[in-house]
Amino acid sequence: MIKQKACAGTLESSDIYVEIAPAAAGSGIKLNLTSVVMQQFGDQIESVIRQTLDQLDVKDAELTVSDRGAVDCTIRARVETAVCRGKGVE
Amino acid sequence: MSKLVKDMKEAIRLSGLKDGMTISFHHHLRNGDMVAVMVLDAICELGIKDLNVNISSIFDTHAPFIEYIRDGVITGIETDYMGGVVGRAVSEGILEKPVTFRTHGGRPSDIIRGASPIDVAFIAAPTADCMGNCTGKTGPSACGSLGYAFADAMYAGKSVVITDNLVDYPLVDYSISEEYIDYVVTVDKIGEPSGIVSGTTKITKDPVGLVIADYAARAIDASGLLVDGFSFQTGAGGASLAAAKYLKDIMIRKNVKGSYGLGGITSYMVDMLQSGCFKALYDVQCFDLGAVESIRTNPCHMEVSGAHYASPTAKSSAVDSLNVVILGATEIDTDFNVNVHTDSNGYIMGGSGGHSDTAAGAKMSIIVAPLSRARLPIVVDKVLCKSTPGNTIDVLVTQRGIAVNPQRPELAERFTAAGLPVVDIHDLKEMAEKLNGVPKKPQLGDRVVANVLYRDGSMLDTIREVPVR
Repeated sequence: MIKQKACAGTLESSDIYVEIAPAAAGSGIKLNLTSVVMQQFGDQIESVIRQTLDQLDVKDAELTVSDRGAVDCTIRARVETAVCRGKGVE
Repeated sequence: MSKLVKDMKEAIRLSGLKDGMTISFHHHLRNGDMVAVMVLDAICELGIKDLNVNISSIFDTHAPFIEYIRDGVITGIETDYMGGVVGRAVSEGILEKPVTFRTHGGRPSDIIRGASPIDVAFIAAPTADCMGNCTGKTGPSACGSLGYAFADAMYAGKSVVITDNLVDYPLVDYSISEEYIDYVVTVDKIGEPSGIVSGTTKITKDPVGLVIADYAARAIDASGLLVDGFSFQTGAGGASLAAAKYLKDIMIRKNVKGSYGLGGITSYMVDMLQSGCFKALYDVQCFDLGAVESIRTNPCHMEVSGAHYASPTAKSSAVDSLNVVILGATEIDTDFNVNVHTDSNGYIMGGSGGHSDTAAGAKMSIIVAPLSRARLPIVVDKVLCKSTPGNTIDVLVTQRGIAVNPQRPELAERFTAAGLPVVDIHDLKEMAEKLNGVPKKPQLGDRVVANVLYRDGSMLDTIREVPVR
Protein backbone atom coordinates (compact mmCIF):
# COMPACT_ATOMS: atom_id res chain seq x y z
CA MET A 1 0.00 0.00 0.00
CA ILE A 2 1.20 3.49 -0.84
CA LYS A 3 1.54 5.34 2.45
CA GLN A 4 3.11 8.61 1.40
CA LYS A 5 3.84 10.84 -1.53
CA ALA A 6 7.02 9.86 -3.36
CA CYS A 7 8.82 10.43 -6.62
CA ALA A 8 11.56 8.93 -8.79
CA GLY A 9 13.38 9.84 -12.00
CA THR A 10 14.24 13.14 -13.66
CA LEU A 11 13.05 15.33 -16.49
CA GLU A 12 16.22 14.69 -18.53
CA SER A 13 15.80 13.49 -22.11
CA SER A 14 15.30 9.70 -22.25
CA ASP A 15 14.24 9.59 -18.57
CA ILE A 16 10.84 9.62 -16.91
CA TYR A 17 9.65 11.43 -13.77
CA VAL A 18 7.15 9.51 -11.67
CA GLU A 19 5.19 10.97 -8.77
CA ILE A 20 3.02 8.66 -6.72
CA ALA A 21 0.51 9.47 -3.96
CA PRO A 22 -1.79 7.40 -1.74
CA ALA A 23 -5.42 6.88 -2.76
CA ALA A 24 -8.45 5.52 -0.91
CA ALA A 25 -8.83 1.74 -0.92
CA GLY A 26 -10.90 0.63 -3.88
CA SER A 27 -10.32 3.81 -5.87
CA GLY A 28 -7.95 2.07 -8.29
CA ILE A 29 -5.04 3.52 -10.25
CA LYS A 30 -5.44 7.11 -11.35
CA LEU A 31 -2.77 7.86 -13.96
CA ASN A 32 -2.03 11.29 -15.37
CA LEU A 33 0.53 10.70 -18.13
CA THR A 34 2.28 13.19 -20.39
CA SER A 35 5.03 12.25 -22.83
CA VAL A 36 7.11 13.80 -25.58
CA VAL A 37 6.40 10.63 -27.55
CA MET A 38 2.70 10.34 -26.62
CA GLN A 39 1.61 9.75 -30.22
CA GLN A 40 4.30 7.16 -30.90
CA PHE A 41 4.45 5.27 -27.58
CA GLY A 42 1.65 6.57 -25.30
CA ASP A 43 -0.25 3.24 -25.11
CA GLN A 44 2.95 1.28 -24.56
CA ILE A 45 4.12 3.57 -21.72
CA GLU A 46 0.74 3.35 -19.97
CA SER A 47 0.65 -0.42 -20.22
CA VAL A 48 4.21 -0.76 -18.81
CA ILE A 49 3.33 1.51 -15.87
CA ARG A 50 0.13 -0.40 -15.09
CA GLN A 51 1.87 -3.79 -15.42
CA THR A 52 4.66 -2.68 -13.08
CA LEU A 53 2.16 -1.43 -10.48
CA ASP A 54 0.26 -4.70 -10.77
CA GLN A 55 3.42 -6.74 -10.23
CA LEU A 56 4.22 -4.67 -7.13
CA ASP A 57 0.68 -5.25 -5.90
CA VAL A 58 -0.26 -1.57 -5.94
CA LYS A 59 -4.04 -1.44 -6.33
CA ASP A 60 -4.82 2.12 -5.36
CA ALA A 61 -2.65 5.12 -6.12
CA GLU A 62 -2.56 8.45 -7.87
CA LEU A 63 0.30 8.89 -10.35
CA THR A 64 1.53 11.91 -12.24
CA VAL A 65 4.04 10.83 -14.83
CA SER A 66 6.09 13.02 -17.13
CA ASP A 67 7.93 11.01 -19.77
CA ARG A 68 10.86 12.33 -21.80
CA GLY A 69 11.28 9.35 -24.09
CA ALA A 70 12.34 6.67 -21.60
CA VAL A 71 12.58 3.05 -22.76
CA ASP A 72 10.55 0.32 -21.03
CA CYS A 73 13.26 -0.80 -18.58
CA THR A 74 13.73 2.80 -17.41
CA ILE A 75 9.99 3.21 -16.97
CA ARG A 76 9.80 0.01 -14.90
CA ALA A 77 12.79 1.07 -12.75
CA ARG A 78 11.41 4.53 -12.04
CA VAL A 79 7.93 3.25 -11.21
CA GLU A 80 9.33 0.55 -8.95
CA THR A 81 11.52 3.06 -7.10
CA ALA A 82 8.63 5.49 -6.65
CA VAL A 83 6.45 2.68 -5.32
CA CYS A 84 9.13 1.53 -2.85
CA ARG A 85 9.55 5.06 -1.61
CA GLY A 86 5.78 5.47 -1.41
CA LYS A 87 5.53 2.30 0.64
CA GLY A 88 8.30 3.52 2.91
CA VAL A 89 10.57 0.60 1.99
CA GLU A 90 14.23 1.40 2.61
CA MET B 1 23.33 64.00 -51.11
CA SER B 2 22.45 61.78 -48.20
CA LYS B 3 20.37 58.67 -48.02
CA LEU B 4 19.71 59.17 -44.34
CA VAL B 5 16.00 59.43 -43.60
CA LYS B 6 14.48 60.51 -40.31
CA ASP B 7 12.90 57.24 -39.24
CA MET B 8 11.68 53.81 -40.27
CA LYS B 9 8.24 54.99 -41.35
CA GLU B 10 9.80 57.61 -43.59
CA ALA B 11 11.98 54.95 -45.22
CA ILE B 12 8.99 52.70 -45.76
CA ARG B 13 6.94 55.55 -47.24
CA LEU B 14 9.79 56.55 -49.56
CA SER B 15 10.30 52.94 -50.64
CA GLY B 16 6.78 52.95 -52.09
CA LEU B 17 5.76 49.83 -50.16
CA LYS B 18 2.12 48.93 -50.80
CA ASP B 19 -0.35 46.19 -49.89
CA GLY B 20 0.46 42.87 -51.52
CA MET B 21 4.19 43.51 -52.00
CA THR B 22 7.17 41.38 -50.97
CA ILE B 23 9.63 42.53 -48.31
CA SER B 24 12.81 40.76 -47.29
CA PHE B 25 15.13 40.32 -44.31
CA HIS B 26 18.36 38.47 -43.58
CA HIS B 27 18.97 36.47 -40.41
CA HIS B 28 22.58 37.19 -39.44
CA LEU B 29 21.49 38.61 -36.09
CA ARG B 30 19.92 35.20 -35.52
CA ASN B 31 17.87 34.97 -32.34
CA GLY B 32 18.99 38.48 -31.37
CA ASP B 33 17.39 40.13 -34.42
CA MET B 34 15.23 43.12 -33.56
CA VAL B 35 14.96 44.59 -37.04
CA ALA B 36 12.35 42.39 -38.72
CA VAL B 37 9.80 42.98 -35.97
CA MET B 38 10.72 46.68 -35.77
CA VAL B 39 10.06 47.08 -39.51
CA LEU B 40 6.77 45.18 -39.28
CA ASP B 41 5.68 47.39 -36.36
CA ALA B 42 6.26 50.46 -38.52
CA ILE B 43 4.51 48.85 -41.50
CA CYS B 44 1.54 48.02 -39.28
CA GLU B 45 1.34 51.62 -38.03
CA LEU B 46 1.29 52.79 -41.63
CA GLY B 47 -1.67 50.48 -42.30
CA ILE B 48 0.09 48.43 -44.99
CA LYS B 49 -1.00 44.78 -45.11
CA ASP B 50 -1.11 41.58 -47.16
CA LEU B 51 2.67 41.36 -47.35
CA ASN B 52 4.78 38.47 -48.50
CA VAL B 53 7.83 38.15 -46.22
CA ASN B 54 10.97 36.60 -47.68
CA ILE B 55 13.38 36.08 -44.79
CA SER B 56 16.46 33.86 -44.94
CA SER B 57 15.62 32.27 -41.55
CA ILE B 58 12.99 32.70 -38.85
CA PHE B 59 14.01 32.37 -35.19
CA ASP B 60 11.94 32.34 -32.02
CA THR B 61 12.65 36.06 -31.57
CA HIS B 62 10.32 36.50 -34.55
CA ALA B 63 7.34 35.19 -32.55
CA PRO B 64 5.48 38.51 -33.11
CA PHE B 65 5.13 37.37 -36.76
CA ILE B 66 2.32 35.17 -35.47
CA GLU B 67 0.27 38.22 -34.45
CA TYR B 68 1.02 39.91 -37.76
CA ILE B 69 -0.20 36.82 -39.59
CA ARG B 70 -3.42 36.85 -37.54
CA ASP B 71 -3.89 40.55 -38.32
CA GLY B 72 -3.38 40.06 -42.07
CA VAL B 73 -0.19 42.14 -42.20
CA ILE B 74 1.77 39.04 -43.24
CA THR B 75 -0.05 36.74 -45.66
CA GLY B 76 2.90 34.87 -47.15
CA ILE B 77 6.25 33.57 -45.90
CA GLU B 78 9.26 32.39 -47.86
CA THR B 79 12.22 31.19 -45.84
CA ASP B 80 15.05 28.65 -45.57
CA TYR B 81 14.57 27.78 -41.90
CA MET B 82 11.81 28.25 -39.34
CA GLY B 83 12.30 27.81 -35.59
CA GLY B 84 9.85 25.97 -33.39
CA VAL B 85 7.68 28.87 -32.19
CA VAL B 86 6.55 30.26 -35.55
CA GLY B 87 6.87 26.71 -36.94
CA ARG B 88 4.25 25.41 -34.54
CA ALA B 89 1.77 28.14 -35.48
CA VAL B 90 2.35 27.46 -39.19
CA SER B 91 2.01 23.70 -38.66
CA GLU B 92 -1.31 24.31 -36.94
CA GLY B 93 -2.49 26.16 -40.01
CA ILE B 94 -2.34 29.86 -39.10
CA LEU B 95 -1.32 30.89 -42.62
CA GLU B 96 -3.77 30.38 -45.45
CA LYS B 97 -1.09 30.26 -48.13
CA PRO B 98 1.54 27.53 -47.76
CA VAL B 99 5.00 28.68 -46.67
CA THR B 100 7.68 28.36 -49.34
CA PHE B 101 10.85 26.72 -48.02
CA ARG B 102 14.03 27.14 -50.02
CA THR B 103 17.68 26.35 -49.33
CA HIS B 104 20.38 28.90 -48.58
CA GLY B 105 21.61 28.42 -52.14
CA GLY B 106 18.19 28.25 -53.75
CA ARG B 107 17.07 31.52 -52.17
CA PRO B 108 19.69 33.81 -53.76
CA SER B 109 19.44 31.78 -56.96
CA ASP B 110 15.71 32.46 -57.18
CA ILE B 111 16.13 36.13 -56.24
CA ILE B 112 18.84 36.66 -58.85
CA ARG B 113 17.07 34.85 -61.68
CA GLY B 114 13.84 36.70 -60.93
CA ALA B 115 11.85 33.70 -59.69
CA SER B 116 11.19 35.36 -56.32
CA PRO B 117 11.27 39.13 -56.76
CA ILE B 118 11.62 41.39 -53.72
CA ASP B 119 10.01 44.84 -53.67
CA VAL B 120 11.75 46.23 -50.59
CA ALA B 121 14.73 44.69 -48.77
CA PHE B 122 15.39 45.71 -45.17
CA ILE B 123 19.00 45.09 -44.26
CA ALA B 124 20.04 45.06 -40.63
CA ALA B 125 23.59 46.44 -40.64
CA PRO B 126 25.80 46.46 -37.55
CA THR B 127 27.79 49.34 -39.08
CA ALA B 128 26.94 51.62 -42.02
CA ASP B 129 27.72 55.03 -43.45
CA CYS B 130 25.22 57.62 -44.65
CA MET B 131 25.34 56.32 -48.22
CA GLY B 132 24.57 52.74 -47.25
CA ASN B 133 27.97 51.07 -47.39
CA CYS B 134 27.62 48.54 -44.61
CA THR B 135 29.23 45.65 -42.78
CA GLY B 136 28.55 43.15 -40.03
CA LYS B 137 32.15 43.03 -38.83
CA THR B 138 32.03 45.99 -36.45
CA GLY B 139 29.62 47.80 -34.17
CA PRO B 140 27.84 46.95 -30.92
CA SER B 141 25.67 44.38 -32.69
CA ALA B 142 28.47 42.89 -34.81
CA CYS B 143 27.47 39.60 -36.39
CA GLY B 144 30.36 39.05 -38.82
CA SER B 145 29.37 37.97 -42.32
CA LEU B 146 26.32 39.50 -44.03
CA GLY B 147 26.40 36.79 -46.72
CA TYR B 148 22.68 36.15 -47.08
CA ALA B 149 21.84 39.86 -47.47
CA PHE B 150 23.79 40.41 -50.68
CA ALA B 151 21.17 39.14 -53.14
CA ASP B 152 18.46 41.09 -51.32
CA ALA B 153 20.43 44.35 -51.44
CA MET B 154 21.42 43.91 -55.08
CA TYR B 155 18.14 42.69 -56.58
CA ALA B 156 15.31 44.24 -54.52
CA GLY B 157 13.35 47.13 -56.05
CA LYS B 158 14.41 49.28 -53.10
CA SER B 159 16.95 48.51 -50.39
CA VAL B 160 16.90 50.05 -46.93
CA VAL B 161 19.86 49.77 -44.55
CA ILE B 162 19.01 49.86 -40.85
CA THR B 163 21.90 50.47 -38.46
CA ASP B 164 22.65 51.31 -34.83
CA ASN B 165 26.23 52.32 -35.64
CA LEU B 166 26.44 55.09 -38.22
CA VAL B 167 30.02 56.04 -39.12
CA ASP B 168 31.52 58.80 -41.24
CA TYR B 169 31.67 58.22 -44.99
CA PRO B 170 33.37 56.18 -46.34
CA LEU B 171 33.01 53.04 -44.28
CA VAL B 172 36.32 51.18 -44.37
CA ASP B 173 36.09 47.49 -45.29
CA TYR B 174 32.42 47.50 -46.29
CA SER B 175 30.59 44.30 -47.25
CA ILE B 176 27.57 45.56 -49.14
CA SER B 177 28.20 48.58 -51.32
CA GLU B 178 26.29 51.86 -51.46
CA GLU B 179 25.52 51.33 -55.14
CA TYR B 180 22.62 49.05 -54.16
CA ILE B 181 21.21 51.04 -51.24
CA ASP B 182 18.37 53.56 -51.45
CA TYR B 183 17.85 54.67 -47.85
CA VAL B 184 19.63 54.51 -44.51
CA VAL B 185 17.79 54.54 -41.17
CA THR B 186 19.42 54.78 -37.76
CA VAL B 187 17.79 53.13 -34.76
CA ASP B 188 18.83 52.72 -31.11
CA LYS B 189 19.52 49.04 -31.35
CA ILE B 190 19.31 46.43 -34.12
CA GLY B 191 20.05 43.34 -32.06
CA GLU B 192 20.56 41.67 -28.73
CA PRO B 193 24.19 40.46 -28.70
CA SER B 194 23.39 37.47 -26.44
CA GLY B 195 20.95 36.18 -29.06
CA ILE B 196 23.28 36.78 -32.01
CA VAL B 197 25.62 34.09 -30.71
CA SER B 198 23.83 30.80 -30.93
CA GLY B 199 23.58 28.47 -27.96
CA THR B 200 24.12 25.43 -30.20
CA THR B 201 27.74 26.15 -31.00
CA LYS B 202 29.17 24.21 -28.08
CA ILE B 203 31.13 21.02 -28.41
CA THR B 204 29.31 18.01 -27.01
CA LYS B 205 30.36 16.31 -23.77
CA ASP B 206 27.87 13.51 -24.25
CA PRO B 207 29.83 10.25 -24.56
CA VAL B 208 27.51 9.01 -27.32
CA GLY B 209 28.11 12.22 -29.27
CA LEU B 210 31.86 11.81 -28.84
CA VAL B 211 31.79 8.24 -30.17
CA ILE B 212 29.85 9.47 -33.21
CA ALA B 213 32.31 12.32 -33.70
CA ASP B 214 35.27 9.95 -33.47
CA TYR B 215 33.76 7.60 -36.07
CA ALA B 216 32.99 10.55 -38.35
CA ALA B 217 36.54 11.90 -38.17
CA ARG B 218 37.99 8.43 -38.79
CA ALA B 219 35.60 7.91 -41.72
CA ILE B 220 36.87 11.15 -43.28
CA ASP B 221 40.43 9.96 -42.71
CA ALA B 222 39.63 6.63 -44.37
CA SER B 223 37.69 8.14 -47.29
CA GLY B 224 40.76 8.99 -49.32
CA LEU B 225 39.66 12.64 -49.44
CA LEU B 226 41.82 13.82 -46.56
CA VAL B 227 44.82 14.95 -48.60
CA ASP B 228 46.42 18.34 -49.29
CA GLY B 229 43.75 20.65 -50.73
CA PHE B 230 41.01 19.13 -48.56
CA SER B 231 37.91 21.32 -48.10
CA PHE B 232 35.36 20.93 -45.36
CA GLN B 233 32.11 22.17 -43.87
CA THR B 234 30.51 21.16 -40.61
CA GLY B 235 27.27 22.07 -38.92
CA ALA B 236 27.08 23.78 -35.56
CA GLY B 237 25.58 20.82 -33.69
CA GLY B 238 27.56 19.41 -30.76
CA ALA B 239 28.58 16.14 -32.43
CA SER B 240 29.53 17.91 -35.69
CA LEU B 241 31.79 20.29 -33.79
CA ALA B 242 33.39 17.43 -31.88
CA ALA B 243 34.04 15.71 -35.22
CA ALA B 244 35.76 18.87 -36.44
CA LYS B 245 37.97 18.83 -33.35
CA TYR B 246 38.96 15.19 -33.90
CA LEU B 247 39.51 15.89 -37.59
CA LYS B 248 41.82 18.77 -36.72
CA ASP B 249 43.94 16.43 -34.59
CA ILE B 250 44.22 13.97 -37.51
CA MET B 251 45.09 16.74 -39.99
CA ILE B 252 47.83 18.08 -37.73
CA ARG B 253 49.21 14.60 -37.03
CA LYS B 254 49.29 13.72 -40.74
CA ASN B 255 50.36 17.22 -41.77
CA VAL B 256 47.45 17.63 -44.21
CA LYS B 257 47.23 21.16 -45.62
CA GLY B 258 43.60 21.77 -46.49
CA SER B 259 42.31 24.42 -48.88
CA TYR B 260 39.22 25.96 -47.30
CA GLY B 261 36.65 25.62 -44.56
CA LEU B 262 33.15 26.65 -45.54
CA GLY B 263 29.86 27.55 -44.04
CA GLY B 264 28.34 28.97 -41.09
CA ILE B 265 31.64 29.44 -39.27
CA THR B 266 32.27 28.69 -35.60
CA SER B 267 35.32 29.22 -33.36
CA TYR B 268 36.24 25.59 -34.00
CA MET B 269 36.69 26.28 -37.72
CA VAL B 270 38.65 29.43 -36.84
CA ASP B 271 40.86 27.27 -34.66
CA MET B 272 41.45 24.93 -37.63
CA LEU B 273 42.38 27.92 -39.82
CA GLN B 274 44.80 29.22 -37.21
CA SER B 275 46.32 25.75 -36.80
CA GLY B 276 47.14 25.64 -40.50
CA CYS B 277 44.48 23.07 -41.44
CA PHE B 278 43.10 25.43 -44.08
CA LYS B 279 44.38 28.23 -46.27
CA ALA B 280 41.12 30.14 -45.97
CA LEU B 281 37.64 30.22 -44.51
CA TYR B 282 34.68 31.12 -46.71
CA ASP B 283 32.09 32.49 -44.34
CA VAL B 284 28.45 33.10 -45.23
CA GLN B 285 27.37 33.39 -41.58
CA CYS B 286 29.15 33.62 -38.22
CA PHE B 287 27.84 31.42 -35.42
CA ASP B 288 29.82 32.81 -32.51
CA LEU B 289 31.94 35.72 -31.34
CA GLY B 290 35.19 33.91 -32.13
CA ALA B 291 34.12 33.76 -35.77
CA VAL B 292 33.11 37.44 -35.73
CA GLU B 293 36.49 38.44 -34.31
CA SER B 294 38.32 36.33 -36.89
CA ILE B 295 36.46 37.64 -39.95
CA ARG B 296 37.18 41.18 -38.73
CA THR B 297 40.89 40.67 -38.24
CA ASN B 298 42.11 37.81 -40.43
CA PRO B 299 42.22 38.46 -44.20
CA CYS B 300 42.20 34.69 -44.83
CA HIS B 301 38.77 34.52 -43.23
CA MET B 302 36.59 35.84 -46.01
CA GLU B 303 32.95 36.78 -46.30
CA VAL B 304 31.02 35.13 -49.15
CA SER B 305 27.54 35.94 -50.39
CA GLY B 306 24.76 33.36 -50.23
CA ALA B 307 25.04 32.93 -54.00
CA HIS B 308 28.80 32.41 -53.86
CA TYR B 309 28.24 29.97 -51.02
CA ALA B 310 25.69 27.71 -52.61
CA SER B 311 23.67 29.01 -55.56
CA PRO B 312 22.99 26.23 -58.07
CA THR B 313 22.61 28.77 -60.89
CA ALA B 314 25.84 30.68 -60.22
CA LYS B 315 28.58 29.80 -62.69
CA SER B 316 30.15 28.09 -59.73
CA SER B 317 29.66 28.26 -56.00
CA ALA B 318 31.82 27.21 -53.07
CA VAL B 319 29.79 24.07 -52.35
CA ASP B 320 30.77 22.75 -55.80
CA SER B 321 34.40 22.38 -54.69
CA LEU B 322 33.60 20.95 -51.28
CA ASN B 323 35.18 17.63 -50.32
CA VAL B 324 33.35 16.72 -47.13
CA VAL B 325 30.37 18.07 -45.23
CA ILE B 326 29.08 16.90 -41.85
CA LEU B 327 25.37 17.46 -41.32
CA GLY B 328 22.64 16.65 -38.83
CA ALA B 329 19.19 15.09 -39.23
CA THR B 330 15.96 14.74 -37.28
CA GLU B 331 15.20 11.60 -39.30
CA ILE B 332 16.81 9.67 -42.12
CA ASP B 333 15.06 6.93 -44.05
CA THR B 334 16.38 3.68 -45.45
CA ASP B 335 16.80 5.42 -48.84
CA PHE B 336 19.03 8.01 -47.06
CA ASN B 337 16.50 10.85 -47.52
CA VAL B 338 16.92 13.31 -44.64
CA ASN B 339 14.37 15.37 -42.73
CA VAL B 340 15.54 18.58 -41.07
CA HIS B 341 12.23 20.45 -41.39
CA THR B 342 9.87 18.74 -38.95
CA ASP B 343 10.01 16.97 -35.60
CA SER B 344 8.67 13.48 -35.02
CA ASN B 345 5.16 14.83 -34.49
CA GLY B 346 5.22 16.67 -37.80
CA TYR B 347 5.69 20.16 -36.40
CA ILE B 348 7.97 22.50 -38.35
CA MET B 349 11.12 23.22 -36.31
CA GLY B 350 13.90 23.79 -38.82
CA GLY B 351 14.64 23.85 -42.50
CA SER B 352 17.28 23.14 -45.06
CA GLY B 353 19.56 26.07 -44.56
CA GLY B 354 22.55 24.87 -46.56
CA HIS B 355 21.85 21.19 -45.86
CA SER B 356 20.82 20.05 -49.32
CA ASP B 357 23.17 22.52 -51.08
CA THR B 358 26.26 21.16 -49.38
CA ALA B 359 25.06 17.55 -49.61
CA ALA B 360 24.70 18.00 -53.38
CA GLY B 361 28.06 19.71 -53.79
CA ALA B 362 30.31 17.72 -51.47
CA LYS B 363 32.19 14.64 -52.63
CA MET B 364 31.16 12.98 -49.37
CA SER B 365 28.21 14.09 -47.24
CA ILE B 366 28.03 12.63 -43.74
CA ILE B 367 25.03 12.65 -41.44
CA VAL B 368 25.93 12.38 -37.74
CA ALA B 369 23.12 11.33 -35.41
CA PRO B 370 22.51 9.07 -32.43
CA LEU B 371 20.77 5.75 -33.10
CA SER B 372 17.73 7.17 -31.31
CA ARG B 373 16.70 10.34 -29.54
CA ALA B 374 14.26 10.22 -26.67
CA ARG B 375 13.05 6.77 -27.72
CA LEU B 376 12.63 7.69 -31.38
CA PRO B 377 14.81 5.75 -33.82
CA ILE B 378 16.73 8.08 -36.15
CA VAL B 379 16.30 5.68 -39.09
CA VAL B 380 12.74 5.38 -40.37
CA ASP B 381 11.06 3.72 -43.35
CA LYS B 382 10.05 7.06 -44.83
CA VAL B 383 10.89 10.54 -43.55
CA LEU B 384 7.95 12.81 -42.68
CA CYS B 385 9.53 15.48 -44.87
CA LYS B 386 12.17 15.04 -47.53
CA SER B 387 14.51 17.99 -46.94
CA THR B 388 17.55 16.51 -48.68
CA PRO B 389 17.31 13.75 -51.28
CA GLY B 390 18.95 10.45 -50.38
CA ASN B 391 20.97 10.29 -53.57
CA THR B 392 23.07 13.20 -52.25
CA ILE B 393 23.70 11.63 -48.83
CA ASP B 394 26.62 9.23 -48.68
CA VAL B 395 27.15 8.19 -45.07
CA LEU B 396 25.21 7.96 -41.81
CA VAL B 397 27.36 7.79 -38.68
CA THR B 398 25.74 6.59 -35.43
CA GLN B 399 27.30 5.32 -32.21
CA ARG B 400 26.31 1.79 -33.26
CA GLY B 401 27.87 1.80 -36.69
CA ILE B 402 28.30 3.56 -40.01
CA ALA B 403 25.81 3.03 -42.83
CA VAL B 404 27.00 3.79 -46.34
CA ASN B 405 24.69 4.62 -49.23
CA PRO B 406 24.76 1.58 -51.59
CA GLN B 407 25.55 4.09 -54.38
CA ARG B 408 29.00 4.42 -52.79
CA PRO B 409 30.37 0.88 -52.40
CA GLU B 410 33.97 2.16 -52.62
CA LEU B 411 33.45 4.17 -49.42
CA ALA B 412 32.09 1.12 -47.60
CA GLU B 413 35.19 -0.80 -48.70
CA ARG B 414 37.54 1.91 -47.48
CA PHE B 415 35.78 2.17 -44.11
CA THR B 416 35.83 -1.60 -43.63
CA ALA B 417 39.52 -1.72 -44.52
CA ALA B 418 40.16 0.97 -41.89
CA GLY B 419 38.44 -1.16 -39.25
CA LEU B 420 35.35 1.04 -38.97
CA PRO B 421 32.04 -0.67 -38.12
CA VAL B 422 30.10 -0.58 -41.40
CA VAL B 423 26.48 -1.70 -41.08
CA ASP B 424 23.43 -1.79 -43.31
CA ILE B 425 21.08 1.14 -42.67
CA HIS B 426 18.20 -1.33 -42.23
CA ASP B 427 20.14 -2.98 -39.40
CA LEU B 428 20.50 0.37 -37.62
CA LYS B 429 16.74 0.78 -37.83
CA GLU B 430 16.23 -2.71 -36.42
CA MET B 431 18.74 -2.15 -33.59
CA ALA B 432 16.93 1.05 -32.58
CA GLU B 433 13.52 -0.59 -32.71
CA LYS B 434 14.73 -3.47 -30.59
CA LEU B 435 15.82 -1.01 -27.89
CA ASN B 436 12.90 1.39 -28.14
CA GLY B 437 9.97 -0.43 -29.68
CA VAL B 438 8.34 0.48 -32.98
CA PRO B 439 6.89 3.99 -32.87
CA LYS B 440 3.37 4.64 -34.15
CA LYS B 441 3.09 7.16 -36.98
CA PRO B 442 1.87 10.64 -35.98
CA GLN B 443 -1.53 11.67 -37.32
CA LEU B 444 -1.33 14.53 -39.83
CA GLY B 445 -4.04 16.52 -41.56
CA ASP B 446 -4.52 16.76 -45.32
CA ARG B 447 -3.96 20.47 -45.74
CA VAL B 448 -0.53 21.53 -47.02
CA VAL B 449 1.04 24.22 -44.82
CA ALA B 450 4.43 24.40 -46.56
CA ASN B 451 6.05 23.53 -49.85
CA VAL B 452 9.67 22.46 -49.73
CA LEU B 453 11.60 23.51 -52.82
CA TYR B 454 14.85 21.88 -53.79
CA ARG B 455 17.83 24.14 -54.52
CA ASP B 456 16.99 24.20 -58.25
CA GLY B 457 13.47 25.47 -57.51
CA SER B 458 11.71 22.15 -58.16
CA MET B 459 9.16 20.83 -55.63
CA LEU B 460 10.79 18.33 -53.31
CA ASP B 461 8.05 17.70 -50.75
CA THR B 462 5.12 19.21 -48.92
CA ILE B 463 4.52 19.59 -45.17
CA ARG B 464 1.04 18.86 -43.89
CA GLU B 465 -0.95 20.45 -41.11
CA VAL B 466 -0.75 19.01 -37.59
CA PRO B 467 -4.30 18.73 -36.21
CA VAL B 468 -4.71 20.75 -33.00
CA ARG B 469 -5.63 18.42 -30.16
